[in-house]
Amino acid sequence: MELRSLSGGFENAPIDASRAFRAVLNAMARPGVIEPITGAQGPAPMSSAMATVMLTLCDPETPIYLAASHDTPDIRDWIAFHIGAPIVTADKAAFAIGTWDTLCPVTQFPIGTSEYPDQSATVIVDVEHLDQHGATLRGPGIKDTAQLNLPDVVAFQMNAVLFPLGLDFILTAGDQVAALPRTTKVEVV
Amino acid sequence: MSDYNFAYLDEQTKRMIRRAILKGVAIPGYQVPFASREMPMPYGWGTGGVQVSAACLTPEDTFKVIDQGADDTTNAVSIRKFFEFTAGVAVTEHTGEATVIQTRHRIPEEPLREDQILVYQVPIPEPLRFLEPRETETRKMHALEEYGLMHVKLYEDISRHGNIATSYAYPVKVEGRYVMDPSPIPKFDNPKLEMAAIQLFGAGREQRIYAIPPYTQVISLDFEDYPFDPSKADHPCDLCGAEHTYLDEVIIDDAGGRMFVCSDTDYCAGRQADGHRGRLSPIQEAAE
Repeated sequence: MELRSLSGGFENAPIDASRAFRAVLNAMARPGVIEPITGAQGPAPMSSAMATVMLTLCDPETPIYLAASHDTPDIRDWIAFHIGAPIVTADKAAFAIGTWDTLCPVTQFPIGTSEYPDQSATVIVDVEHLDQHGATLRGPGIKDTAQLNLPDVVAFQMNAVLFPLGLDFILTAGDQVAALPRTTKVEVV
Repeated sequence: MSDYNFAYLDEQTKRMIRRAILKGVAIPGYQVPFASREMPMPYGWGTGGVQVSAACLTPEDTFKVIDQGADDTTNAVSIRKFFEFTAGVAVTEHTGEATVIQTRHRIPEEPLREDQILVYQVPIPEPLRFLEPRETETRKMHALEEYGLMHVKLYEDISRHGNIATSYAYPVKVEGRYVMDPSPIPKFDNPKLEMAAIQLFGAGREQRIYAIPPYTQVISLDFEDYPFDPSKADHPCDLCGAEHTYLDEVIIDDAGGRMFVCSDTDYCAGRQADGHRGRLSPIQEAAE
């Protein structure tokens, strides 16, 4: 393990995590909203926003899947030290991280069962940038419509059809976070 | 600031609760199981709400607690003090100033904003529990969207009493999928469940968390010929004269005397400060 894997954690864990969670909660409750999020720094190519979301939500109880883009020795070491989560295959993941292309097909992740739809994976996607232009979003949390640039459209539409089963997505870029829960209906303008 | 971890709970507990909250938000109305902790207060005093609030609070928040609409009852005061002590957050009695509001059995009269979170204390989260005691069965009923039994219950109300007699914890259907118990709020509050704020529900003893995101469709169950009626006592408030608020009936003597007052104490006090007067308001000092 390299020494640099030991850095990049929260400076003040309870406080940093509380602020980060509120950003994620707001993003998940209001799809299309882009929230600032800071606190942690992971090894490249992981964005600071993704590192912060992971430190806020992941721990030894949450198996993580690393897509090819994020499956580096540095990231494995960083997760081992800061989070202690087991690294698993896609079908056992509670969280999956990576870039969109390497996470695909997202159908490989657990979508929950009809009795426990909450036992589905949360997919954290590092994207180039986040911007409130692009696909049109409708659904819970959105007053009329919202807009967000998405890495794909059909995959999110297929996911929404599964409701109440399905995956929930957290999109991260730099120090920003947005989210797309399974309830959001996506349309191309 | 005390020697407790910020907002009392340890970080791993908060992460577990936070994950449950996010899944709850992603599946509106579905009850997410969570590993509820023992809190330094008895079950039934809002341990579920307290755990959800603890997972949501940041140092910048302003916290308000209401118990049946009142800021000054034992339960509200002790929970407010708990977070003042363990999280060092600012507290308020004014709905408009609060960013996180924990509530027992009421929704504030003042419409909530997008930057607010409403946390409900829930005693029995399962709306079907009194119709079917087995968790294995109610879980199946939710999975299969088999809610006929709930309509039978409402129908039996009508056949026995002539109308739907359920007046609190009135069942709702969220986003066209899950039937949900809105906690024992009066059915007067049900129309307010479609709001701009995030609503989170915590049931400590029953170990469930659920949520309604902003602007989510929430429909109170009813029948075409017996539509839902968010009724209230047919009186104005005796202190502020409001005709549109939910009222508590207070017995004031042993000769059958009674008064009706707003259950939302902050709203009522605000109206009185604005000069509104009711039937039993103190006689005003002669103004110049």
